[in-house]
Amino acid sequence: MTLAATASASGAPQHSALEHVWQLLESLTDPEIPVVTLRELGILRDVRTAVAQDGTEQLEVVITPTYSGCPAMGQIEDDVHTLLQAHGLKGKVKTQLAPAWTTDWITPEAKEKLRAYGIAPPHSGADHDCQTESGKANGSGASSIIQFAARSASNPGRHEQLAVPCPQCNSNNTTETSHFGSTACKALYRCLDCMEPFDYFKPY
Amino acid sequence: MSAAQATLNHTLPVDYLLHLADNALVLGQRNAEWSGHGPILEEDIALSNNSLDLVGQARLLYQEAAAQIGNGATEDTLAFFRDVPDFKNYTLLELPHHAPLAGTSASDRDFATTLVRNFLYSALMVLVWDKLQHASHEQLAAIAAKSLKEVRYHLRHSRDWLLRMGDGTAESHGRAQAAVNHLMPYTQEFWTRTEYESEASKATGLDIASLQNDWNQIVDQALLEATLKRPAAGGFVPTGKHSIHSEHLGFMLAEMQSLPRAHPNATW
Repeated sequence: MTLAATASASGAPQHSALEHVWQLLESLTDPEIPVVTLRELGILRDVRTAVAQDGTEQLEVVITPTYSGCPAMGQIEDDVHTLLQAHGLKGKVKTQLAPAWTTDWITPEAKEKLRAYGIAPPHSGADHDCQTESGKANGSGASSIIQFAARSASNPGRHEQLAVPCPQCNSNNTTETSHFGSTACKALYRCLDCMEPFDYFKPY
Repeated sequence: MSAAQATLNHTLPVDYLLHLADNALVLGQRNAEWSGHGPILEEDIALSNNSLDLVGQARLLYQEAAAQIGNGATEDTLAFFRDVPDFKNYTLLELPHHAPLAGTSASDRDFATTLVRNFLYSALMVLVWDKLQHASHEQLAAIAAKSLKEVRYHLRHSRDWLLRMGDGTAESHGRAQAAVNHLMPYTQEFWTRTEYESEASKATGLDIASLQNDWNQIVDQALLEATLKRPAAGGFVPTGKHSIHSEHLGFMLAEMQSLPRAHPNATW
């Protein structure tokens, strides 16, 4: 059954058919963090109709990778295909790079779910931590990079960075144990109050 | 701007895409050699993640190059079925991890050498991707914007280690200084120009030599904080991006390419 057939069968205009697909896709979660959906993470960018080469209208689901090498992308694409097929829908999955994914797209509900799951959610305003300012300020690339990596003048042993509250006990007394964690999107932290190690979703 | 000009501005020599892709793949493979061998678990994970990002960047760039080449080219044929004289990566990136005076490549996997190299390359690529994200070539700009975020994180990681090793014990300081002395001369290749880079700059607006001051600033500041000395410039200028490589790339490719060459089109 094609998308057009779905629409006409239900007697609804096409935008409802697309909304229906959005609803179906709500059941798809991230393969590595199964408590949040692809939409909530900002991986699912769009559901639309596109004109195929043979001139017919075709359903197109647009996704974007979190990290260039994210090994879950193949799985996510397969999951979308399987879901569409299970509902008798024909469509294709398009991977789009721009605009580049940012943790700022993760919904507030999803951040709360991450915290409940034991992963400290990313700070919003990922620009502080991971993006160069030079594009905007049109200044020297070097100065912004040094700023990024610089240590605080008042406390030279530490990076200037926001506290990452422990997802277990909510203490701000935490420390980074490793820049990298079990997946590309996470860093390792430890709470110095309850002593629990935890994952931090890197602002990006 | 006329339509013809607009089209012209979007043309990139495929060799330039391959140069960027080969850089990412070769360093990604070298970082992956630490998987399961990291000095501590956190660094094992860190270098594997670094590798994952770099191989991911390489895939995106090879896919774009393959689309331009056509003729059945894919990201896999470009990564696994080209040989040493086809690769256009900087010589710096193909060097083994051993310190300059190690007897054999297997005898010593020197963490300082790996981290100093990651630092020197990341310091360059934050500047390169920052410029390329504004390139008129849409797909390259998109890849650059993604890669910039990743390489900034790599820079932070490797710079932290540079400081920790340089400003650490006599042993770690000595090893870090030896790695800097060993690797710094290879960075001279960054500032030479190839024809494909000159050609690409019409679409990207990037003249690699113009980044040298910013790069020096990043490197010198970090070396200063790490209490390390920068060796004098000069001597042989490597030619990897001209496809004339050191003796090390062939061995690396042999290991990396043997599986797909023994079992073409294998899937799992």
